[in-house]
Amino acid sequence: MAEPLLQARGIVKHYGHVEALRGADFDVFPGEIVALIGDNGAGKSTLVKILSGSEQADEGEIILEGHDVQVSSPLEAQRLGIETVYQDLALAPDLDGAANLYFGREIVRRGPLGRLGFLDDEAMHAGARKAFADLGVDLQNAHSPVANLSGGQRQSVAVARSVAWANKVIFLDEPTAALGVVQTARVLDVIRRIRDRGVPVVLISHNMPQVLKVADRIEVLRLGRRVAQFDARGATVERLVAAMTGGLDGQGSAA
Amino acid sequence: MTEDKVPPNPADDTNGSQAPAEPSEGALWRRLMRTNTAWIFLVLILLVAFFSVLKPNNFPTEFNTRAIATNAAVLLIIAVGETFVIITGGIDLSVGYVLLFSGVTAAQTMNAFGNPTDRGWDLILLGLLVALVSGLAWGTVNGVLVAKAKVPPLIVTLGTLGMAWGMAQILSNGQDIRYIPSLLGSVVGAGKFYAVPWLVIIAALVAAVGAIVLRMTRFGRYTFGVGSNEEAARRAGINVDRHLIKVYALSGLLAGFGGFLALAYFTTTTISGHANDNLNAIAAVVIGGTSLTGGIGTVVGTTIGVFIPAILASGFIIIGLQSFWQNVAVGAVLIAAVFIDQLRRRSRER
Ligand SMILES: Nc1ncnc2c1ncn2[C@@H]1O[C@H](COP(=O)(O)OP(=O)(O)O)[C@@H](O)[C@H]1O
Ligand SMILES: [Mg+2]
Repeated sequence: MAEPLLQARGIVKHYGHVEALRGADFDVFPGEIVALIGDNGAGKSTLVKILSGSEQADEGEIILEGHDVQVSSPLEAQRLGIETVYQDLALAPDLDGAANLYFGREIVRRGPLGRLGFLDDEAMHAGARKAFADLGVDLQNAHSPVANLSGGQRQSVAVARSVAWANKVIFLDEPTAALGVVQTARVLDVIRRIRDRGVPVVLISHNMPQVLKVADRIEVLRLGRRVAQFDARGATVERLVAAMTGGLDGQGSAA
Repeated sequence: MTEDKVPPNPADDTNGSQAPAEPSEGALWRRLMRTNTAWIFLVLILLVAFFSVLKPNNFPTEFNTRAIATNAAVLLIIAVGETFVIITGGIDLSVGYVLLFSGVTAAQTMNAFGNPTDRGWDLILLGLLVALVSGLAWGTVNGVLVAKAKVPPLIVTLGTLGMAWGMAQILSNGQDIRYIPSLLGSVVGAGKFYAVPWLVIIAALVAAVGAIVLRMTRFGRYTFGVGSNEEAARRAGINVDRHLIKVYALSGLLAGFGGFLALAYFTTTTISGHANDNLNAIAAVVIGGTSLTGGIGTVVGTTIGVFIPAILASGFIIIGLQSFWQNVAVGAVLIAAVFIDQLRRRSRER
């Protein structure tokens, strides 16, 4: 098998007395959709936050393309090409879709006005329209604050934002948790399109059927540790649940 | 900034047809409606019409218009800074007394070399510099305490309000400083460019620059973004603390500038005359449609919000009502503005 693109090794994270991660490992291989599953409180969100720079690990290492990296801040993660869609959507509700897509990475005008920080809204709107269209997302009004959009549209904006900037790996933390059936299908479709462009996607979810449907590979977290890895083809809901709940400890089939 | 990947170039937009082109006219109007600005502008027009019909010979005159605009000028300058602060979701209660403090330090500096009455622009510029630095210093203190010490803005600026007030009185022994270069009073304070008072021109320029910065620059975009979702701004890699410090510093700087202009206008420090400046500035911002919960607001709205109390004050005096009625009316308009904002927010949370 190919080298993992991203590896987490022995990640430990405490919140006061709570040990959210107790030496967790995690791998992402090139061009795959890998699902990270686990019961509530297993540490999935914490692991994602550490790999995307929002939180710092107490121990452990992160290896990107064979090199040790320090993901010391969200900015550093972005610089490394790691993008994240957080469970609690990290959008600014009063800004429109384009402003959110480019939030923190605005295009400024050419010339002296640009040096003064004048924004090129036209370029950003055009880029946003293209980015949304590429993912099959339709925003009726790109000038409307995202607060006025439906949950699915908002999720799409957040996903489009990460897709636009990621070149190494994208983390999606429970991207369909708040969505209806149709919108969920659409977001899953978007996830496949991202993978098909060559950017691996980490999907955090505890919806087993959904995971089996889109993921190529599945890693299971339990009580802050990786307890199993599956190839999605051979896996069943029963085996995933068993791994999540501890019924399968130590014998997850390596992919 | 290093960006090794940039979203799709608009130039190769071949299949963007799914995104309907939005009508660009009407977009501005909708944006105005969204920010209350259109409504509040309507109120302004109605007020002007009302007083003009009632007192056609006294209210809509060149003299009265000039008086209203001049009285509003200093308030507009501090309200512009307050607009930025409130859009970040904060508040700056200290502006009125930072204004006073800066006026006092500027006046004292200009008096440090003897009676300044006949002195020229060099001393005036020195006074201006001291006022600006004084305001900037208080604003930076506010910003650092809000952003770094994480003390709520209401408390920080309530604290610096008291400190600036106290310091202004300590420095001046509670006595107004009545001597300033007469050039400052006659040109900046009372002078006109053609028919327009310099104070009004200066305030209009500050408001225009403020509006442009807020709407068209990265600084403005971050101001909205931080106020809209601070956590999102952090995760987007924006240095939120630094931005907040800058915004409070800007508010302080404009209060310092306002203090210098007030000095020019009244030709004295008017130590007891700034008790209402804070609330008037905040009221103007909120009446103008800027949301106290952050993320929404315009400088245009704030400008209208400054003029509503100013027109009420003038109108009430001209129709012979006690000027105290102005306070009653402004209070009512303020509550109505916040109420409408709440309704708007609620209707949005579907
Ligand atoms: N900021 C925090 N402060 C304290 N405890 C936390 C914090 N974040 C997560 N935890 C705890 O860490 C554990 C793992 O949480 P989390 O990573 O959110 O799990 P998951 O996403 O798998 O449901 C839980 O016990 C949770 O209560
Ligand atoms: Mg979670």
